[in-house]
Amino acid sequence: MAQTVENDVQLEGNATESNLKPQRLKITRFSDDSDKKILLKRLKDVEISVPIVYGTIAFWLGRKATETQSHKWTVYVRGATNEDLGVVIKRAVFQLHPSFNNPVRVVESPPFELSECGWGEFEIAISLFFHNDVCEKQLDLYHHLKLYSEDESGPQSTKKPVVVETYNEIVFPDPSEDFYARVQKHPAVIVPRLPVTINLPSVLATNVEDLNEKRGDTKDHPLSQWFNNFSEADELLKLAAARQQVGPLTS
Amino acid sequence: MDAKDILGLPKNALPIQEKKSKPPKESQRKPDGISREVYALTGGLAPLMPAVDVNQLKRKAQSDNEKITWQWLPFTNSARKDSLQLYHWVRVVNGIPPTGDYSFAKYNKSVDVLKYTDEEYEKYLTDPAWTKEETDQLFDLCERFDLRFIVVADRFPSSKTVEELKDRYYSVSRAILIARALSPGDVATHPLVKETYNASQETERKRALNLLLSHTKQQERKDVEVLAQAKKISEARKASKASEESELPVLSDIGSLGADKATADTVNPSTNSQIPSSSITAPVSETASVIASLRMLRVYLRSYALEQMVQAASSSAGLRTIKRVEQTLQDLGVNLKPKVPTKAVCAEHLELRKEILTLLNLQKQLQYKEAEGSSFREGSYTETPGTPPKQSLRAADLDRTFTPDSLSIGGERFGKREQKRKGPAPSSPAQSKRPRKYKASD
Repeated sequence: MAQTVENDVQLEGNATESNLKPQRLKITRFSDDSDKKILLKRLKDVEISVPIVYGTIAFWLGRKATETQSHKWTVYVRGATNEDLGVVIKRAVFQLHPSFNNPVRVVESPPFELSECGWGEFEIAISLFFHNDVCEKQLDLYHHLKLYSEDESGPQSTKKPVVVETYNEIVFPDPSEDFYARVQKHPAVIVPRLPVTINLPSVLATNVEDLNEKRGDTKDHPLSQWFNNFSEADELLKLAAARQQVGPLTS
Repeated sequence: MDAKDILGLPKNALPIQEKKSKPPKESQRKPDGISREVYALTGGLAPLMPAVDVNQLKRKAQSDNEKITWQWLPFTNSARKDSLQLYHWVRVVNGIPPTGDYSFAKYNKSVDVLKYTDEEYEKYLTDPAWTKEETDQLFDLCERFDLRFIVVADRFPSSKTVEELKDRYYSVSRAILIARALSPGDVATHPLVKETYNASQETERKRALNLLLSHTKQQERKDVEVLAQAKKISEARKASKASEESELPVLSDIGSLGADKATADTVNPSTNSQIPSSSITAPVSETASVIASLRMLRVYLRSYALEQMVQAASSSAGLRTIKRVEQTLQDLGVNLKPKVPTKAVCAEHLELRKEILTLLNLQKQLQYKEAEGSSFREGSYTETPGTPPKQSLRAADLDRTFTPDSLSIGGERFGKREQKRKGPAPSSPAQSKRPRKYKASD
């Protein structure tokens, strides 16, 4: 095991054409990044996806509410199954309304969330930056912060927050070998199985996060009771039913 | 009138001031200074602020205190070689006729065609293709016709092309200039020396122009198409380059996307032939190109990917059809954008949309066929050919739901048709309907 790891490390360091050249690998040009002068070997026809949920939870402050700070809200990006996203995401940048002090907030480690107090609803821009071997480009998400609930029934409660979450999946169409190797066993990531012909280094899962005090996953997050459960089963059922109706008509 | 109202001036104030004795009917009086017609242009009233003082118009000549007469006098033209005297009208001021040359003489310009002596010819200007006689003739013609080479070529005794004549003339002049120059530097800036005449290039250029001129309309159209495609390709390339910042992966297998790459190699109008796998039909290549563009992004959200695929799939459909697809989805209880966009969900969603699109298209075709069928029925007794899609419409309820506005309008007649279709195998619907119709008319 260890040997294979070393070999691959060597290959990376020398930046020479690799000995193994299965058809599924394609070679990319040297990247201009000065810190990684490695040849990125990419896996074609393999798609790594990371299911995420992002959104806001807002609590009314009740008696403690003031004109300018009537609600306390948290914006976050979490794994759909509450797993640690730190393996994929390097940092998250939340762009708030310009009326906030330092409206550009950077969160360098998971859980990627930000809490603030305010009175107004606005659009929050979330930029996700990935690790070097994952992707060089950032991904931008937008979420509208909701403080007031849809139904106007009755007064606000300090106990029941206004929760708005969106489910989505980050797709990496041509993941690098390193990335694949690193996350193939990680619960936060959906990784298809490769055929046996490919020899990938089995990287020992170095979960540095375990050693730290701070947890990256949100399984026991204080707000986790409000998290929505997104199940695809429901949607699939509806879609299947719909297709049942339409299909025969077009045959 | 209105302007006066605005200004608040009394209506008849000014005219009375300006025109001394004015009867109310102004148009009948001829005003002083300007002609009646011009005055009428102003609407029968003087302008509020006279732009030109009426009194001044006539007096200008008088104030000069000069006597101007016009006389019929002879004149000579320095541009003429003979001393022909012609006559014309001349403006004489105080009895003194004008001096100076005929005013048009200055336009008599001509080209300075260089003249060479025989010695010079022997020394510098001999050329295998040209005899001295020919060269002399050339120069003579050039001078007579002011370097109008087309005319010179026409008059030249032996047939030489315009380019050849030009070439000879320019090279001779050049040689003479250089030979006569005291030092090479003197003439270096002379245009004849600076620019050489390139006969072969000129011939080629004119040939190309001729070719362009004689292009048929078809060829022109093709050219425009090809250029547009080339532009699109280069723009797409630029866009993809920009979106990838520093890295540019070498995609080893873009076989299925032949359209993009192949046409870049040879700008060929018939792009269809360039796609390697001929089995690719339009919709498949659309999704393939969407997939490729997604791949270029390196990272994207699945919801975004679905949007792109949906757009590609409905690119052939009009706005109305797309709205109908969405309406159908809503009727079926499906979210227009999936709440849980996993890979499976997105795939199903896309397939569902495609199926609905197909369904709607078929229904539209059905409508058309029926319309044809009905017009046939009214015209002749011949049977209309059976329309194919009818067999599939077994589930009549859904049929009605999905065609809210199409077949149910028009009322009874259409309704009857619907019912008819439910029953027996509808192979020749026209036939089954006809007896009904006759019955009704009985």
